[in-house]
Amino acid sequence: MTIRSDRDHGQRCRPRMSCLKKVEATVVQMQDPSTGVKGTNQKLNITTIPHAITGQDIVAWITKNMNMDNDEAQAFSTMLVAFGYIYPLQDHKKLVLRPDGSLYRFQVNKWKAEDTDYAIYLAKRNIRKKGVLDAYEQEEYNKLHKWMNHKWDFIVMQAKEQYHAGKARQKADRVVFDCQERAYWIVHRPPPQTHSAMDYGLDRHIDPNVEEKKTYDYYKRIVIYMCFMGFCSKSLFLACSLVKYMMTFKNHDPFLVPCLPRNPWQTDHDSYWELNTPDVEVPTKMRVERWSFSFYELLSDPRGRADFKVFLKKEFSGENLAFWEAAEELKWGTAASMSEKAEHIFKTFLAPGAPRWINIDGRTMGLTVKGLEHPHRYVFDAAQTHIFMLMKKDTFYRYLKSPVYKEIQKKAISPAPQFFCICIEAQLQQNMRNRRPSVSPIITWQKEQEEKAKAAAAAGPIDIKKLMASKLDRK
Amino acid sequence: MCDQTFLAITFGPCDNCSQNKPLMNIYLKNEPINYCSLCVELMACQGLAKGETTNTLKAESESLKAKLEEERAKLHDVELHQVAEKIDALGQFVMKTRRTLKGHGNKVLCMDWCRDKRRIVSSSQDGKVIVWDAYTTNKEHAVTMPCTWVMACAYAPSGCAVACGGLDNKCSVYPLSLDKNENLAAKKKSVAMHTNYLSSCSFTNSDMQILTSSGDGTCALWDVESGQLLQSFHGHSADVLSLDLAPSETGNTFVSGGCDKKANVWDMRSGQNVQSFETHESDINNVKYYPSGDAFATGSDDATCRLYDLRADREVAIYSKDSIIFGASSVDFSLSGRLLFAGYNDYTINVWDVLKGTRVAILFGHENRVSTVRVSPDGTAFCSGSWDNTLRVSAYLRSSGESELRNILYNTV
Repeated sequence: MTIRSDRDHGQRCRPRMSCLKKVEATVVQMQDPSTGVKGTNQKLNITTIPHAITGQDIVAWITKNMNMDNDEAQAFSTMLVAFGYIYPLQDHKKLVLRPDGSLYRFQVNKWKAEDTDYAIYLAKRNIRKKGVLDAYEQEEYNKLHKWMNHKWDFIVMQAKEQYHAGKARQKADRVVFDCQERAYWIVHRPPPQTHSAMDYGLDRHIDPNVEEKKTYDYYKRIVIYMCFMGFCSKSLFLACSLVKYMMTFKNHDPFLVPCLPRNPWQTDHDSYWELNTPDVEVPTKMRVERWSFSFYELLSDPRGRADFKVFLKKEFSGENLAFWEAAEELKWGTAASMSEKAEHIFKTFLAPGAPRWINIDGRTMGLTVKGLEHPHRYVFDAAQTHIFMLMKKDTFYRYLKSPVYKEIQKKAISPAPQFFCICIEAQLQQNMRNRRPSVSPIITWQKEQEEKAKAAAAAGPIDIKKLMASKLDRK
Repeated sequence: MCDQTFLAITFGPCDNCSQNKPLMNIYLKNEPINYCSLCVELMACQGLAKGETTNTLKAESESLKAKLEEERAKLHDVELHQVAEKIDALGQFVMKTRRTLKGHGNKVLCMDWCRDKRRIVSSSQDGKVIVWDAYTTNKEHAVTMPCTWVMACAYAPSGCAVACGGLDNKCSVYPLSLDKNENLAAKKKSVAMHTNYLSSCSFTNSDMQILTSSGDGTCALWDVESGQLLQSFHGHSADVLSLDLAPSETGNTFVSGGCDKKANVWDMRSGQNVQSFETHESDINNVKYYPSGDAFATGSDDATCRLYDLRADREVAIYSKDSIIFGASSVDFSLSGRLLFAGYNDYTINVWDVLKGTRVAILFGHENRVSTVRVSPDGTAFCSGSWDNTLRVSAYLRSSGESELRNILYNTV
């Protein structure tokens, strides 16, 4: 009976640990007698350990031969220790590499990491001296004793044999062997509350080692789906467009150019966020500049969208954006309210004589009307794309040249970069206390919904007939 | 996003069965046809036609693949880094950890930022999902899931709910409440149901829809309110580990990466796989769109990250180094897309210059593998979650190209 523990080092889906092959190649190089890491005999307690290497030698060798700098080499050598290729002689439980005179050795022996072998190892240690096991080891021992009760005689026999074989060795060899064995089990059966490098997470559902049995329908599907035409453009054009995007946004990237007045994470002052809330009265110059980069940027910033709406109101062409927003709501909204929303949109924007009629070409209108026979969430997709392109190619550019935009550009503030002195401990403490909690997004959301409802009620379509009728009535 | 507006009929009567269904636009013998997904499947499983054998079909598919490669190669005239030669190189960056969030009792598997740029939600192996205000490091909400290994978590765009899932094969949505004492598990909504573990989930542009990917090899789009399956996406032949929604204005596509080494781009409306990329040598752990939506990056167990251009339909850059041997578990772009942050299984985070393909920074500090890296919505910092039970928020400190005066002025100890 094999016990499948969460540390199943059988690793049936092995490719995820394939990096270990490259690591092993490096370790073999390190062990080369002429070009590898230089080892010496070290005195430990009363015995001499051969081929011991120091931490700093390991790091130096890796820095030179693997073309890394010091920090990286240290991190890499810690991985070597964590995976058990090198083990520490002092402080054997801590699997990190100390880049000083601490001693390490290469792990040359390979045991099997099965539960049976672990049981034999623990039993052997128990035989040598009762009570030498750590608390967690004792617990594991008891567990294994219960699970493997049927094999226990075999295990004890093996343990006794190995113990006697060990006794027959030279003292120095025995110490070295015991050290290696102990190091091996620290890696493969780590103490609780420690982080183990051998842990690779969950197994994949589908075993990548198994070749997928490819029947005719597999190939048929490839043939069918491969026949789509992708749109390809010349690489130069595409590479340039990627570069152009990066250059356009370069000044807005806090990792490349510091954000003004100051980065809240660096300085514990959230003035940057205060100045850039979604509903701020006066936006910053950077934000206003960003709206001019593309229509998408303008619409995705709530403050930008609000400003655009002001412009549209002046032009009496707010229905395009209103239709686009309504179609977005339909697309991303709940399934339950979908068909009534679709009806409402059609009545408000598309039906002949609708109060907020939008101008779309005949073909699109035909497609949309046909789609409305069986309303689904993408029924206004064609019309929405048409209107979006119209706004993008025409209205957006007029907005950028309009007095509304020019005014907001003038009004926009440019916060001065705030300098702060090199901080001492007291300043840091004060900064930490200065960190203000913010309004919960739930409250912000509720407020937004209330404002939207108010705006919708106010901007309802004005029914001219009713208005005239009421005027006539008063007469 | 490409400026072409092509009116594809995505819903209507199928050319074959005449039922009104979401349609796939495919070409058969160079003729465009609109079939529903069921008819396409039937066509594929029809059985061998006269004169066809598995080998002839295999040969046909190979020749089509070769032809596609030929077409792509014709348009490939220059490499990305050649174009980038004229651009100034970035100096060596130094990043500093600004916040360490301790509170999880086990490996942190996933995290997501809230749109308010300071709150995050994180999930761990022991089933706990915690909502933090990362700026003040306060924990605001905590939920205990009934399963372990919560591999996916997402913050809703409104900030009023979180979604999470893992070994329970489900994705559940928890509405957050202002009342600290309220038990969030009482209002939980079970939305997605898969037949294997949930690897990744994401809200679309609203709180009402969720996109999930699972170990059973499929992705799916769900309606939150009713739990109804809106669309499913089949095409991966192994576990799907990650997905990301396109940020473009039309917002109708998403990319997914899986253990079959493939990254697939899907149309959300029809469920069709519109593009597929297979150049990695091992499992793809994470996929992320470039901020403009024209490209995406992947991180994989073969220790490389790659950039794929959607319009060129090919891989345009590889981010790798001989000294990096351990797999990349998570990738994300900075706001301008110039920097690519990648978390690796050797406990480090490498920062790459996307244009030049060089590494500009390496961060140490985590004591176990980095499982997730995400840049904040306004790009001011990035958060990394690790198997050492902590999350760290790090921001830029200085770079080697800057003057000493600037270093002093913008520096903290």
